[in-house]
Amino acid sequence: MVQVTSPAFKRNAAAALDDPGLQKALGKAKGAFLQRRAAAVAALPEFETLRNTGRDIKNHTLANLDFYLETYAANVEKAGGQVHWCSTAADARAAVLDICRKAGARTVTKGKSMISEEIGVNDHLEAHGIQPVETDLGEYIIQLRHEHPSHIIAPAFHLNREDWEAQFRLSHTDLPKDRVFNERRDILAEARTRLRQKFLAADVGITGANFLIAETGSSVIVTNEGNGDLTQTLPRVHIVLASIEKVVPTLEDCTSLLRLLARSATGQDFSVYTTFSTGARRPADLDGPEEYHVVLIDNGRSNMMGTDFQEMLRCIRCAACMNHCPVYGAVGGHAYGWVYPGPMGSVLTPTLVGVDKAGHLPNASTFCGKCESVCPVKIPLPKLMRHWREREFERHLTPQGVRSNLALWAWFARRPSAYRLATRLGIGALSLLSRGKGAFRWLPLAGGWTEGRDLPAPEPGGTFMARYKASQGARR
Amino acid sequence: MSKDAILGAIRRGLKRGPLPADQRAMLEGRLATHPRHLIPARSRLPRPDQVALFIRNVEKEFGTVERVPDLAAIPAAVADFLAAQNLPARLVVAPHPELEAIDWSARPMIERESRRARDGDVVSLQHGWAGVAETGTILFPSDPTRPATLNLLPETEIVVLRASAVVGAYEEAWDRLRAERQDPTTGGFMPRNLMFVTGPSRSADIEQTLELGAHGPRRLHVLLVEDEAAPRMATTAEARAEAPVQPGQPAAPGD
Repeated sequence: MVQVTSPAFKRNAAAALDDPGLQKALGKAKGAFLQRRAAAVAALPEFETLRNTGRDIKNHTLANLDFYLETYAANVEKAGGQVHWCSTAADARAAVLDICRKAGARTVTKGKSMISEEIGVNDHLEAHGIQPVETDLGEYIIQLRHEHPSHIIAPAFHLNREDWEAQFRLSHTDLPKDRVFNERRDILAEARTRLRQKFLAADVGITGANFLIAETGSSVIVTNEGNGDLTQTLPRVHIVLASIEKVVPTLEDCTSLLRLLARSATGQDFSVYTTFSTGARRPADLDGPEEYHVVLIDNGRSNMMGTDFQEMLRCIRCAACMNHCPVYGAVGGHAYGWVYPGPMGSVLTPTLVGVDKAGHLPNASTFCGKCESVCPVKIPLPKLMRHWREREFERHLTPQGVRSNLALWAWFARRPSAYRLATRLGIGALSLLSRGKGAFRWLPLAGGWTEGRDLPAPEPGGTFMARYKASQGARR
Repeated sequence: MSKDAILGAIRRGLKRGPLPADQRAMLEGRLATHPRHLIPARSRLPRPDQVALFIRNVEKEFGTVERVPDLAAIPAAVADFLAAQNLPARLVVAPHPELEAIDWSARPMIERESRRARDGDVVSLQHGWAGVAETGTILFPSDPTRPATLNLLPETEIVVLRASAVVGAYEEAWDRLRAERQDPTTGGFMPRNLMFVTGPSRSADIEQTLELGAHGPRRLHVLLVEDEAAPRMATTAEARAEAPVQPGQPAAPGD
């Protein structure tokens, strides 16, 4: 299971800001996502209306989640597949291992799956002598580097081309040492050849699911490379890992969400491969897996039902929120310290690993609101982060200094005349201290602020209230 | 049991027990009627324009399209394409009756094998079941006549698609699927595998820069068979007007 380093968010973030390689990678990648999404959205006049549709479909499904899960599972079985219900990550790992063992598996190919990261399947299989091979290009290099994804749809977001070349030379030792990578496509070609052999040799293929369809018992994956399809088509056994909130009622519901997904994620109108899998190979088929298993995972999600955080279960994992987040853009995904980074991670991580460990994350926000404004299913991410801050405060997890300062501020805020007096005195003192200079480079008790940036000095003219009063007087 | 625990926890959250019969019936009705939601207006066009939109969108996603008058024109079109792309004259062909009925005697140099794809196959000739104009997407339901491996293993995939099989929106394809297909094993209309393919395989995982030909085909070439009476429309010029992101240019990543 992925180690939770979220408690060290502040240290992680400071290190990320000082990492020139990471900053280079982030700088290159940021703009591309935003421009592509903006162009795709501009080309579909119905996009904003579709966001409401997406929200409504997900809300309807969640309000009847028990019904749709039971219907889905019954239809998987009708189509010749098997469903393994798993309450916890440990249950899910055990279910996967059991299927792999029964299949006599030695190697397992994998399509990209965030739930797989969440439950830590790879380490578990390796510990039991089964070799998992990540086949998404980004996931592949992450696995070679013994890292975790830094982005939910672009796992190698934090790497530069030099990192790819260096790692391939290090890992593919049977190839000539003096080979030249002239272009990015040379890197791609080497990975393609490598992984093709893995696809053909694998005994089991494991994929995630973007959607599960109750009506037909189908699982859906959305990819651009084709690795997910090779993973689920070539081996004798296909295992789908999916969390319970992935279910939607019908093909039409799924279609409306698919219109939102690729545009929000990569700015494509549609991903290259959107594939619906329904059960195992049919008797006359010439290809496809003989066994089809769905490992259906709760791992904390049912506890979110009926709470403020139920809205988070609408998430379709497009990554638009992190792509548009100024905090993610500055520190990258690893600083968040667990599987899900960015605004969606700041809401989800505390629910799944505990607010005591992940309390920094909902605080790592400027509340600019961009995440909510681009979310394809309209999750009120800033509001949910505020809920976490409140819970943190109620549970006395907020640091003492913050608590006493907040209490002090609250005392004044409830007494307007005292507040006005205090601000007038404070501003007067700061004006005097600044001696006409525009900003402070250092100020007693404000080290937390001035360490990283200057503190603007108040301009002459008094407090806002004083100026407002003066302007009202002038009008009369 | 995990199933009961999960469903129980969900119901506790929703502050109710299992759904009452009337509400179940309502949800079952929704599944049976599978209502459509908003369908974007872009594909609601007169018939010839719909096909033109399909072509434009395939080309926008780096696929190529050639219009051929009938199935008899396929061998020549395939031979010309292979020669132009400098590809070997060897095909793995989907064992589909429409493709098997084609007379190749005028092109005896092209080797053909009717089967699923294997490693080392360079070019496949696949049968497209439907096209969706909305995004230039081709649908491939798997069955004994249309193995899924043909869409995945070869570096080049050539697709034979009837123009009459091009629909406007995905929802129209769902209606056709429900009406036309029934699987003898499951009794359902869904094939084991149904791929929606939009252009050739690609990745942008290296520095978020788009490169074609990741794990699937590098080339996707559509032979669109003109089996409709409607007049042809010149569209290639329009297609060029919308300048897509080219390989090697910054782009958002893939999967």
